Amino acid sequence: MSALKIKKGATKHSAYNLRPTFSEVEERHTLAILVENEPGVLARVIGLFSGRGYNIESLTVAEVDHTGHLSRITIVTTGTPQVIEQIKAQLGRIVPVYEVHDLTVEGPSVERELAIMKVVGTGEKRVEALRLADIFRANVVDSTLESFVFEITGVPEKIGAFADLMRPLGLTEIARTGVAALLRGD
Amino acid sequence: MKREMTGAGIVVQALKDQGVDVVFGYPGGAALPIYDEIFQQNDVRHILVRHEQGAIHAAEGYARSTGKIGVVLVTSGPGVTNTVTGLTDALLDSIPIVVLSAQVPTFLIGSDAFQEADTVGITRPCTKHNWLVKDTEKLASTLHEAFHVARSGRPGPVLVDIPKDVQFATGTYASAKPSASRYQPTVKGDMQEITELVAAMEKAKRPVFYTGGGVINSGPAASQLLRELVDATGFPVTSTLMGLGAYPASGKNWLGMLGMHGLYEANMAMHGCDLMINVGARFDDRITGLISAFSPKSTKAHIDIDPSSINKVIKADIPIVGDVGHVLEDILKVWKARGRKTNKEALGKWQSQISQWRKVECLAFTQGDKAIRPQHALARLQELTKDHDRYITTEVGQHQMWAAQHLGFEAPNRLMTSGGLGTMGYGFPSSIGVQMAHPDALVINVAGEASWLMNMQELGTVSQYNLPVKQFILNNERLGMVRQWQELLHGSRYSHSWSESLPDFVKLAEAFGIKGIICSDPADLDDALLEMINHDGPVVFDCLIEKHENCLPMIPSGKPHNQMMLNEDETAGAIQGAGGALV
Ligand SMILES: Cc1ncc(C[n+]2csc(CCOP(=O)(O)OP(=O)(O)O)c2C)c(N)n1
Ligand SMILES: [Mg+2]
Repeated sequence: MSALKIKKGATKHSAYNLRPTFSEVEERHTLAILVENEPGVLARVIGLFSGRGYNIESLTVAEVDHTGHLSRITIVTTGTPQVIEQIKAQLGRIVPVYEVHDLTVEGPSVERELAIMKVVGTGEKRVEALRLADIFRANVVDSTLESFVFEITGVPEKIGAFADLMRPLGLTEIARTGVAALLRGD
Repeated sequence: MKREMTGAGIVVQALKDQGVDVVFGYPGGAALPIYDEIFQQNDVRHILVRHEQGAIHAAEGYARSTGKIGVVLVTSGPGVTNTVTGLTDALLDSIPIVVLSAQVPTFLIGSDAFQEADTVGITRPCTKHNWLVKDTEKLASTLHEAFHVARSGRPGPVLVDIPKDVQFATGTYASAKPSASRYQPTVKGDMQEITELVAAMEKAKRPVFYTGGGVINSGPAASQLLRELVDATGFPVTSTLMGLGAYPASGKNWLGMLGMHGLYEANMAMHGCDLMINVGARFDDRITGLISAFSPKSTKAHIDIDPSSINKVIKADIPIVGDVGHVLEDILKVWKARGRKTNKEALGKWQSQISQWRKVECLAFTQGDKAIRPQHALARLQELTKDHDRYITTEVGQHQMWAAQHLGFEAPNRLMTSGGLGTMGYGFPSSIGVQMAHPDALVINVAGEASWLMNMQELGTVSQYNLPVKQFILNNERLGMVRQWQELLHGSRYSHSWSESLPDFVKLAEAFGIKGIICSDPADLDDALLEMINHDGPVVFDCLIEKHENCLPMIPSGKPHNQMMLNEDETAGAIQGAGGALV
């Protein structure tokens, strides 16, 4: 686990954690959860969110350490500071959850999402789509005479902005991975 | 020790190694290999219940009255789905339970096979953790881990689902190594926070200890330390339903239970205190009443082994994550080392304020010569049993609250009641589990007639094992607690809160070869109670009581602690507005 170089969670004494716990303001937090890669562990995490009425904006999961049987789940969630604290504490209660990190509190962090989009069109629209893709550093990963499939990575806002631009140009399908995130520095 | 054996053999060997002496269960097709192993040994005793819900509540009673883990063995499909209520009950009340459920063979899983159910899926939200074991080689370590998880940290129910082919196949058995588990919750509290709390205790003018089930779950040493701390500081102490007995009811600092049906002095002390020390309780909504008006002037310290309890409902000024026993020990050490200081003068004023509140005598009642009042029935039960080695279980309803108010608990692990889930049908099977653990003790289930009927099939179990449990049924021919709420909240429209078509309880008992007693006259009550207590065997006691008694005092939902209803004449229109939407 130490190989993954993840800082321990913030405590009440942490300089970052000065928000009033019982404020009514909703915040958006990115959580990184290291779990034992065992059957049903994702269901436990998702069941906690649905059972207790917490929000999930996005969720990604994959094994990150094969020999150590560790998977990393990245969840973007929203809630009041009290709810966010509860989510972290409740996640910590799940037996196969080893570490819970609030990257928003422990930050700064890098967040990336990948999306692939199919844009169908001909003529001027097709040219414009390609031009915008270039500006957004999206790659063409498949092409026919009447369509492109673009691959784009970035923060969710960038992907959203690109999708908005593609919509009038013939966007027909989109698949997004959800956010993966890591703390900056060492 | 390492040895080859069948999966079923591993199950029984693991039970022996974990020190399990009794298992509550019910067989079925998928569980037969384990039952065959049970048959061929004498170390682990199996108690055959009459319904799997009975098995798990019995295991809960066993666990709560001993501090040990309660073990349940059931078959696949309906066998295990019948334990879901008990698992949820044990989860909410933090009771260590291990359920071993059989499953269809691995090669049939997912095929909608006969008596197949997605057991780990169904029980995931109502267990602390659960496992499906698909390989006999992993069975022993999983079973040991299950016991470790059930008892460590905040205790709770776990389930191990074992397919039939895994029971038949051969695997290696190895003994338990708890240190091998990655699950190791924090038990020591943060010394900085503990010192902060001691400093607050030294200055406090109006302190109160608010204790809960965590004290009892932490073990007898924690109750001992609590008594020492309370008596040395002279701070008053109240408790939730789950914590009754941790501090003795006869102790001089005892305020009585707090909360919705708690004592006036306890709730007023909570409302008016300047330092609240929560020891292993969780600010449940039955306790807090209206959150925005909850104990407005106090500094709140919260000791809990579960970090998620802290700041969940009430913001803690001094949060201490740790096991109650360890933390109390450290508090005592620090407090003594700093010179055993308290604010004596202010404390004296606080105590005289509390004596004023006590004078309200919120539990006072008068027994006439007509119908038996439930308070009187319990006061007499208390008087006639207080010198016995006594264990009480209860069902859920008015009788449960009256039992908490009118019976005195002098030691921990003596009251077994469904607190968090409020499960009608809990008390009778629970009393069976308690009696199994304490064969010579006087075990009484204080029941309501409606709750009791929910698991009355367990009369068969009582009869088979000749368990001398006493079923003390306070029969008001009503779903009394529901009726009370309908009176307060729904214009006395008693929709379906009558216990219609009740059986003749005496004949019902007799049909199982059990002694039945009926009593309706206050003049006969003592004799009838003594007959029950002195009978060497099980008894079903049908105690006919006043039918329209309300359980008071009461904090109406949506009201703060200092607005309790004390008398009948305060109940009209008591719950209005948003309070009506609460439960
Ligand atoms: C399994 C279950 N179903 C429904 C309820 C709701 N409920 C709470 S108390 C109560 C009435 C209990 O009646 P009884 O056992 O006769 O006790 P009393 O209140 O009359 O003392 C009911 C229906 C419950 N707590 N549990
Ligand atoms: Mg009743």
